[in-house]
Amino acid sequence: MTTIAHNGNGVVNAMAPTIPVSPTSMVNAVTALQHSTAVGSQPSDSQLVEFFHQMQLIRRFEERAAEQYTRRRIGGFLHLYVGEEAVAAGTINRLRSDDYIVTHYRDHGHALARGLDPHAVMAELFGRATGVSRGKGGSMHLYDAARHFLGGYAIVAGHLPIACGLGMACQAEGNGRLCLCIFGDGAVNEGEFHEALNLASLWKLPVVFLCENNLYGMGTALAAASATSELYKFAEAYHIPGARCDGMDVKDCYRGMGDALEHVRSGAGPYFLEAMTYRFRGHSMADPELYRSKEEVAQWRKKDPIVTLREDLIGRGVISEQHAQQIERQVEDEVESAVEFAEQSPNPDPRELFTDIYAESSRSHVARHSRSAVGETTHAEANA
Amino acid sequence: MTMNLLTREEVEPAGADVAADAAFAPADAIEMTVRDAIALALREELTADEHVFLMGEDIGAYGGSYVVTKGFFDEFGEARVRDTPIAESVIVGSAIGAAMGGLKPIVELMTINFSLLAIDQIVNHAAKILYMSGGQVNVPIVLRMVTGGGSQLGAQHSQNLEAWYARVPGLKVVCPATPYDALGMMRNAIQEANPYIFVEHSLLYRNKGLVPKAYYTVPAGKSVVRRRGKDVTLVGYLRSAHLNLEAADILAKDGIEAEVIDLRSLRPLDLEPVIASVQQTNRVVVSEDAWLTGGFSSEISCQVQERAFDYLDAPVQRVNGADVPAPYSRELEELAYPSTEDIVRAARAVL
Ligand SMILES: Cc1ncc(C[n+]2csc(CCOP(=O)(O)OP(=O)(O)O)c2C)c(N)n1
Ligand SMILES: [Mg+2]
Repeated sequence: MTTIAHNGNGVVNAMAPTIPVSPTSMVNAVTALQHSTAVGSQPSDSQLVEFFHQMQLIRRFEERAAEQYTRRRIGGFLHLYVGEEAVAAGTINRLRSDDYIVTHYRDHGHALARGLDPHAVMAELFGRATGVSRGKGGSMHLYDAARHFLGGYAIVAGHLPIACGLGMACQAEGNGRLCLCIFGDGAVNEGEFHEALNLASLWKLPVVFLCENNLYGMGTALAAASATSELYKFAEAYHIPGARCDGMDVKDCYRGMGDALEHVRSGAGPYFLEAMTYRFRGHSMADPELYRSKEEVAQWRKKDPIVTLREDLIGRGVISEQHAQQIERQVEDEVESAVEFAEQSPNPDPRELFTDIYAESSRSHVARHSRSAVGETTHAEANA
Repeated sequence: MTMNLLTREEVEPAGADVAADAAFAPADAIEMTVRDAIALALREELTADEHVFLMGEDIGAYGGSYVVTKGFFDEFGEARVRDTPIAESVIVGSAIGAAMGGLKPIVELMTINFSLLAIDQIVNHAAKILYMSGGQVNVPIVLRMVTGGGSQLGAQHSQNLEAWYARVPGLKVVCPATPYDALGMMRNAIQEANPYIFVEHSLLYRNKGLVPKAYYTVPAGKSVVRRRGKDVTLVGYLRSAHLNLEAADILAKDGIEAEVIDLRSLRPLDLEPVIASVQQTNRVVVSEDAWLTGGFSSEISCQVQERAFDYLDAPVQRVNGADVPAPYSRELEELAYPSTEDIVRAARAVL
């Protein structure tokens, strides 16, 4: 049994000589993470209700997407985030609205947590002109420049160097802005991961490296791919503080992200957060899951982050059963509306094939999306 | 180097049509090398725009392995002339990210051979982001890299790989062979909003030429006729652009008038002057230092026959580097790259 304790800096030290590497034993190891009790490290109850809503939205959005995939309305690869929702909700909601996010191809949850319109995200999965990337990116390449959501990337670890550059841009601005970079456990064995960590530390770049350790890279178990199962310890070699959080618990993700942000915003350089999580479904829709047992999946499903949060909220009397059901119905409507929107949206104009290969005049999109961000602010104020 | 050329602020950028490059009086021009021309453009842009910065291996304290950025470190400081670890992927990747965040990075990748360690960032990322984002996010970066063999550096330091990058939609690939083009194309590349592969041939750095004092830029995708002639068209870029001019001199002694075209840019590619020329000469020789098989000369040959088949009186001739890893021995290396004589021979073969 592993005991992991936090020191005062939010850095986790593994005390036990051995760390369980089997996904089944990891179920219990995650539970053993001790939660920080520092003031302000916990989300408020009203935030937790929002997280519940958002996680439910992500879950149902993806379940409906899977359904549409089997009906061939959605093509290509579809990588579901089911089981991992607490990580997106607990971390992304703690960011500033101008912080950058770059992530990997398993990106629906991150996009929705960032507030991308579910209609436009679903339309992107359908390949429609109204999609967030105008039907040219697809499930793995969701972008929303106005929300500084600068892409899902499908080359494992390829976006880590890019996160460093966004960190350089933030550093040049000098106002505490940072870049959140999300990737899987598979990424840590790529050279680009190591190049990025070294540079980020060397130049003290404001980047939060968030590793979603779901214990598998496709069908290869972590133990068969990585020389160490404690991925946050890679950070140590680069003089980057590293810590783990329980990716099945939105509160602990929120806490872990709080520590990360405090460190990075202070100008002290990057931070490495490893969220221990598990995907309940296959790697992609094409995965027959020959590499793991049904029992293992069932054991992890007992830690379903949405069920746990729902029970917590009702158990503590924060919301009633009726209120929970009302949120669930609302999500159902939101997702149904997104599917209808996607279905009814037009395909891209054939001329789109040859657009967006080169940018026209202006040097950077930044001027353009700061304009749209201003427009948004006005809109929000009008609603307030 | 103290050049006293006019800067962007002082002169309106010239119009796009620079086909008549040489149309400036020597009195209004300055002689400089390709190396100085590149340095001048970098210096101008660093001075004009605080978002511009340089990054790369040994470009700062060391002064650049091809001495292009000598003195820059002291002049602009370490934040704007950034020495990086030897980590090509994160060098290019962080440049991409910095550009996405509003900065304008100019990267020196030392040589094109090392750019292969960054090919994921160049091909899978820089070239794709604007398209994948549906036009939301562009990547304004310039990647400088030295190409070419001929200095006995052996197989791993002597490749001509620019045509690989020219296959990739989303990238622009420019190959200046003269100081005029080096200055004009670098100014243009930095001011533009796209990922640029700026190819510098190691043997051309000391090449001298006249550069007008008046401000101008050279867009990507405009070939230029270097010499007029009616008998045969010689097409090339970088080193072969110069060999073609030497070959034309030799052919002229026998009364053969060669038209010489410098492509200057592989992507976008401007074959209009080539097609127009072939319609007059009915014969064409395409030469490049790169390997024969699947080379860029094949692309040009194909397009010429597609667009001007009826005008051809002979098959298109290709003069390429030998299909071998570059040898070290001087004698062997000389055999590995095209020579002026090879081009003269090919021209005579089609006449
Ligand atoms: C460089 C690269 N190699 C291989 C692949 C194929 N591939 C796609 S996802 C994946 C597994 C990645 O696993 P992980 O990083 O743990 O993320 P997860 O899918 O578990 O969220 C692989 C091997 C790829 N996309 N990119
Ligand atoms: Mg994984």
